Amino acid sequence: MQSPTKQAGPNHVDYKEVLAPTPFLEHLDCYCLTQDWASWNGYKVARVYDTLASEYFAIRSTCGVMDLTPMEKYRVSGPDALLFLNRLVTRDISGLQPNRVTYVVWCNDEGKVLDDGTIFNLDGGHYRLCSQHHQLDWLLISSLGFDVTIEEETHSIAALAIQGPTSYSVLSAAGIKDLDQLKPFGILNISVNGIEYMVSRTGFTGDLGYEIWVDPCHASELWDMIFSLRERGLFDIRPTGLGALEMVRIEAGFILPGEDFNTAETAIRADHDRSPYELGLGWLVNFEKCYFTGKRALVAEVGRPIRRKLVRMCIEGNKVPTDAFLYDRQGGSRIGTIKSCVWSPILKTNVAMADVIYTKGNPPKKIWAEIYYQKELEWRATWAQCHISDKPFWAHRRSSLTPPEKF
Amino acid sequence: MTKRSSVLVIGAGHNGIVCSNYLAKAGYQVEVLEAQSAVGGGAATFEFADGFWAPGLINAPYGLNKKIYKDLGLRPRGSKTSEELNCIALDRDGNHLILNRFGLTGGEVSEKDINSYRIFRKEFTNYSKVLDPLMVDRPPRLKDMDRKDKFTLIRLGWNLRFGLRTGSMREFLRVGGINMYDVLNEYFDNPRLKAALAVDAVMGQRMGPRTPNTVLTYIQRIWAETQASTRLPTSKDILEELYDSAVSRGVNFRLDSKVTRIIVDEGQAAGVLLESGEKVSASIVISNADIKTTFLKLVGTQDLDAMFCHRIDNIRSEGNVAKIFLAVSKLPQFRNLEQKNFRHRLLIAPDQRYIEHAFNCVKYGECSDKPVLEITIPSLVDPTLAQTGFHVVSISAIYAPHNPNKGWTALKTVFLDNILSSIEQYAPGFVESVVAKKILTPADVEEQYNNLGGHWHHGELSLDQSFMMRPVYGASQYDTPIQGLYLCGAGTHPGGGMTGVPGHNAAKRVLELAGSA
Repeated sequence: MQSPTKQAGPNHVDYKEVLAPTPFLEHLDCYCLTQDWASWNGYKVARVYDTLASEYFAIRSTCGVMDLTPMEKYRVSGPDALLFLNRLVTRDISGLQPNRVTYVVWCNDEGKVLDDGTIFNLDGGHYRLCSQHHQLDWLLISSLGFDVTIEEETHSIAALAIQGPTSYSVLSAAGIKDLDQLKPFGILNISVNGIEYMVSRTGFTGDLGYEIWVDPCHASELWDMIFSLRERGLFDIRPTGLGALEMVRIEAGFILPGEDFNTAETAIRADHDRSPYELGLGWLVNFEKCYFTGKRALVAEVGRPIRRKLVRMCIEGNKVPTDAFLYDRQGGSRIGTIKSCVWSPILKTNVAMADVIYTKGNPPKKIWAEIYYQKELEWRATWAQCHISDKPFWAHRRSSLTPPEKF
Repeated sequence: MTKRSSVLVIGAGHNGIVCSNYLAKAGYQVEVLEAQSAVGGGAATFEFADGFWAPGLINAPYGLNKKIYKDLGLRPRGSKTSEELNCIALDRDGNHLILNRFGLTGGEVSEKDINSYRIFRKEFTNYSKVLDPLMVDRPPRLKDMDRKDKFTLIRLGWNLRFGLRTGSMREFLRVGGINMYDVLNEYFDNPRLKAALAVDAVMGQRMGPRTPNTVLTYIQRIWAETQASTRLPTSKDILEELYDSAVSRGVNFRLDSKVTRIIVDEGQAAGVLLESGEKVSASIVISNADIKTTFLKLVGTQDLDAMFCHRIDNIRSEGNVAKIFLAVSKLPQFRNLEQKNFRHRLLIAPDQRYIEHAFNCVKYGECSDKPVLEITIPSLVDPTLAQTGFHVVSISAIYAPHNPNKGWTALKTVFLDNILSSIEQYAPGFVESVVAKKILTPADVEEQYNNLGGHWHHGELSLDQSFMMRPVYGASQYDTPIQGLYLCGAGTHPGGGMTGVPGHNAAKRVLELAGSA
């Protein structure tokens, strides 16, 4: 008999508890000094465990561990699984090898992005699709005419993200062998102490990191395997919350559907949805492959000059431009807004995702942000110049090195 | 071997022939592929018993739209006299009520009802005229409108505001979306009169008199009636004149050539694949098949957007009409009914509640125990249909579910018995005279005519599946997301019947987009 807290899923929620416990909650709870809990897909996850800074630096300098269980997960199998997925997403995944992962987006008929996610080729004709938002309806709609089975496995797979420069050393010390040859976006199936784990070299931090997937009934074993190292004083391993994740993902230049842009499913007003090109994800769109939902619309869009784009920007100065409007000059016309931003402690600059209007297909020559900030409870405004960055702000060579360096 | 022809039409139903006729006239090389061994689709005659021929699925066509006769230079055939098609609401005691577009006789109808009927006909004919700009052309798009779409909408608005007087416009807007039951109760007292009109509003649809939307279906029916040439044609006449003119224009008909696949290459129609394995290439493919068959079976979802397929999949296209063909040794003996009236539509529907109760059954997956019947005796018009001394009786019976709870194998004889005993009550001795019988349930129609759902109109003519939403948003102007693939069947605007208008509109659209050859 398993204790109920070890099982994931809303079916096991105590009626007094609004948020569902993940299988790791009993362990995480001890570390959560702030008790600053938030809902992620209805699960109870922490924004911050002790301090934001320590968690951020765990990811960038040592090793941060995050509970990934609430992420939407779907298993796609059946004879047409690959055909189905290739018709779903804009990218050509027919070349995705077994035990490999790829990043994808998918659109509605009008070529507007519904969500982004990753596809895991689990071998044997099985695939796992992970997404930011609930996508079961869309997957089922898309499956018409395809011989596929789509199962939601959000609640039946527990997962931890182990991210940071020492993550490789931590997992090796924890007993996971053969990790040295695992390339970025690779999958390794391994058994440790008789328990089956799936390890993928993936993450949302832009750093060296892994995600470990396990049956929820073995969640505690996974937890103990990693955190026993910390108790033995071997590595600085810290649970990290949503706050630190938000910082590192902006640094790494990863977009967050629903935050950086309105997903097509939630957009009500005309023109409030975005195409892959408008999100800077044109490189994910492949017109050479078979037909995919939205292709006709996207082919038409490519022929027109781009009207706006979600861009990565550095903002001068040390004032964080939260929700700032963007102008073509100080006091000029409005040409966009900041969608999400953070003061990057490691880069010592403000970095942001911003929705910017393009004219005749070209980015604005100059971008100024009007920033409101408080000084001793007094509101002030200032102007800061912004610079579009084509590359992610944070991309360390250690994240792609195989075998990874030991620290 | 790959053969080349510039336009392929899938299905030699009347809309397919109308469409191919127009395109051949414009100079296209047209080939029509037909799965059956005869042209005509649902309108084709077929032998249902030894020596007895069924006149096709449609009982009493009004005839093609008069514009089509004019455009194609067709010489009308059929009955020589310009005879009106009457509708006779049968009465068990012999007080039959005779309706046509000009008035009423018999049936002990009050003076008030006779007057009301005149007003009702006039009013509803005016309503149908409002729809004129919408009908014999592609329905306007509401998003990304072109000049023509805007012009159509302006004409529609003009007709609504100035074509109808202020009072009529208000009345039209009031009744347009509501149900026939209430409207008829406002106009008339006589139950059989109301029922006869209600049958026209619901026949062929999954609707009862109390279903909202039935006023609109009635208006559409009136429109088809007023637009048709004023003769009493049989579907055979219509088909023959269409077929002959198509052949004379060089249209090539290939029978027994079932299409199994529409070949799509890079989002462009490239031809079709036949059941025989033969590939026929063409850059323009026009499908007269029903919408679900066209997209979900012939094109396949792989080449289409997901939500578009979802919309197609959700089209309501389950038929509710069963066709019954009977060979009889003598004409039915309806009390008091003169012989000359046997050439018209005979209705068994005593009152509106009777129809509504018949409809209740189909809602719950059962067939009506007291079905509503529309009876014609086509062998009176075309004696070749029956052996000498015998007659063929053709019946449209509502309501018959497409997929009954108990399955059709068990229900077929039950339903047929319900129908025969209903007629027996009006024409004693009828059952004895039956020498052969054939029933086509919606499921049979689906199988025999490759028409998914077996619906008269290839999809309900409800407001949400009409005009710019017919068959679905994204394919409502006869062209489809697949370049070079067009629709011309009853599933498109303005729907079924035997008007030929979808075929005409589709051809017009092909010429507009692809240009004259």
